[in-house]
Amino acid sequence: MNTERENILGRIGEALRLTAPQPGHRDPAEPLRTAATAAREWLPVVEEQTESRWALFARKSVELKTTLVLCDSPSDATTKLLEIGRAENWQRVACHGKAAAANLAASLGLPTVNTTPSYNMAELESCDAGITECDALVAQTGSVLLTSRSGGGRALSVLPPHHIVIARRDQLVPDLPAAYAQLHATYGGRWPSLIAFITGPSRTGDIERILVLGAHGPKKLTILVVP
Amino acid sequence: MSSPLPLSQFKRDATRLSADLTHRERLQTAMGKYQASRQPQQAAFHDWQQARQVAAETKWDALNHLDVYLKEFEKNATARGTRVHWASNSEQAREIIVDLLKKHGAKSVIKSKVMTSEEIHLNALLEKLGYSVVESDLGEYIQQLRGEGPYHFVFPCMHLSRAEISDLFTEHLGTATTHDPEELTMIARRVLREKYITADVGFTGANFIVAETGMISITENEGNARLTAALPRVMISLVGIEKVVPRLADLALFLPMLATAGTGQPLTCYNSMYGGPRQPDECDGPEEWHVILLDNHRTRLLADPEQRDALHCIRCGACLNVCPIFKNIGGHSYGTTYQGPIGAVITPHLRGVQDWKHLSSASSLCGACTETCPVKIDLHHHLLQQRRNAVAQKRGGLEGLLWKAFAFCMNQPVIYRTMTKMGRWTRPLHRWIQGSWLDPARAWTRTRELPPLPAETFKDFWRNRKG
Repeated sequence: MNTERENILGRIGEALRLTAPQPGHRDPAEPLRTAATAAREWLPVVEEQTESRWALFARKSVELKTTLVLCDSPSDATTKLLEIGRAENWQRVACHGKAAAANLAASLGLPTVNTTPSYNMAELESCDAGITECDALVAQTGSVLLTSRSGGGRALSVLPPHHIVIARRDQLVPDLPAAYAQLHATYGGRWPSLIAFITGPSRTGDIERILVLGAHGPKKLTILVVP
Repeated sequence: MSSPLPLSQFKRDATRLSADLTHRERLQTAMGKYQASRQPQQAAFHDWQQARQVAAETKWDALNHLDVYLKEFEKNATARGTRVHWASNSEQAREIIVDLLKKHGAKSVIKSKVMTSEEIHLNALLEKLGYSVVESDLGEYIQQLRGEGPYHFVFPCMHLSRAEISDLFTEHLGTATTHDPEELTMIARRVLREKYITADVGFTGANFIVAETGMISITENEGNARLTAALPRVMISLVGIEKVVPRLADLALFLPMLATAGTGQPLTCYNSMYGGPRQPDECDGPEEWHVILLDNHRTRLLADPEQRDALHCIRCGACLNVCPIFKNIGGHSYGTTYQGPIGAVITPHLRGVQDWKHLSSASSLCGACTETCPVKIDLHHHLLQQRRNAVAQKRGGLEGLLWKAFAFCMNQPVIYRTMTKMGRWTRPLHRWIQGSWLDPARAWTRTRELPPLPAETFKDFWRNRKG
């Protein structure tokens, strides 16, 4: 097995003895640009003001069929979540240990599955909703950024049919480069095993390119934003 | 390997499908929807052309220092408990996978969309060995039930109608007839949920390998890859070595470009970066994660600096969607894992020039593929270079002789003049044999008219002109 490593690396080294022409007839003397540092310049533009960023995020949410709920206070978020739970007749919900998600789940007064290290996958599968926190919301794409650490593991945000995200107003970042910068600042050197950009509820267009929500993951994605 | 030769299979299927109007209409509808959703997303970029250039420069750096970045990936991935394997070819990859399944006493495998596994014909092997293998991507699942490979490497079952899918489900799953795409999707969702809960091994591919952090990135819409990476206790990822990007933040550009060019979305629903098996402070995820780096002759393409940029490909499928040939002959005619222009460029390198050189002729060289490519691969010039390389590698035969004779005649004015005269005299007789076996120009005249010859040559006209 180790020899295959040497064989492949050897073939690569051999192949790279000839230089390939530079892309786009650029001057080889110019330093190469990298996507990591130059992306922001060319990606869709995001305005400076916080209000217009929220407006963009709200617009993206509509396009993506994400439900965005702006709440006045944590207790308002509880009220709104109770309404959703009643309307969908939830019997059981799931959450993770972090304060905001756990408190919100507790306020529903329903049987709750907590994704502790010993949780049962089948029990999680039977839940009507999964409540998680997140790392950031991305205005440019309407995405929720979460990790296995901020979002209660890998399965909580994808297995139950309704994913509820509880986010703070100050968690909105303008664009993807900002989201990656934040990831580096938060986790650099101690990475979680999953980083996920979640952009709307699960979907497929495999049958005649007609949009269907809830292919394998959640059919609904609701983002509750508290101050 | 497979029974008919690639060329005869291609000719047979392309002839049949290009005359199939229902098939063509279905393709046109799907591609029309793709164009309609892609245009606004591309337009939303501050500057799409510059974004392409930066993406190409980043990939150029990655591929031209591939050994450095692969070692960096291996080091960083291993440090977090990921096991990295290297496979030079299909046999080695299959051996590694089967050994892992045996070691863990696994019986069932759930797969998210993995094009590399089509390359190594994994499903057929595992089924033969008695394992249960289930595709979880809806389109791939449908194709698996049909016993067919994916029709398009992004839209696996775009050639099927909902009625055909309904009949397929009725036949295999015993479900009632329905023509509602949502109901059909929910049937698959229910069936596959069961499979997820019981699967021993989750099998994925990757869209990107991140050298800096030892992660892989998976782009999808359905959530099946996320479930595949969350539920089973062992996860195996089979990845082509060319998938490298140097830095994690490079994805800030590649993820939206892949979504825009691939499906016409600003970002696909789930973009997940995996950096190891379940970590000590985490509550779920696989206990073991194995990443298999697959060469399978990619280094042959790497060794050709002229066409090396074909390895920049991020498999968005845009070149298929705009290709006038693909739009008429469809995906299966190619007979390859990767269809369309990119498939025609890379397949001869991966599977043999002489067997697959005909694909480079299945192009009008219109350049639509090159223009649409998000990482600026010079696809249509590569197709032209393929033709040149194939001839340079194997000269001769009847075609070579004909060209020699042609060159000889063109260099002898007397012979040339005699022949054009004879051509003019015999031309009226041609219509008696046009398109028949006696016709030397049959390949052309079977379906087309020959252009008429002018009444006199330019030379004669010049000599005979008055004044």
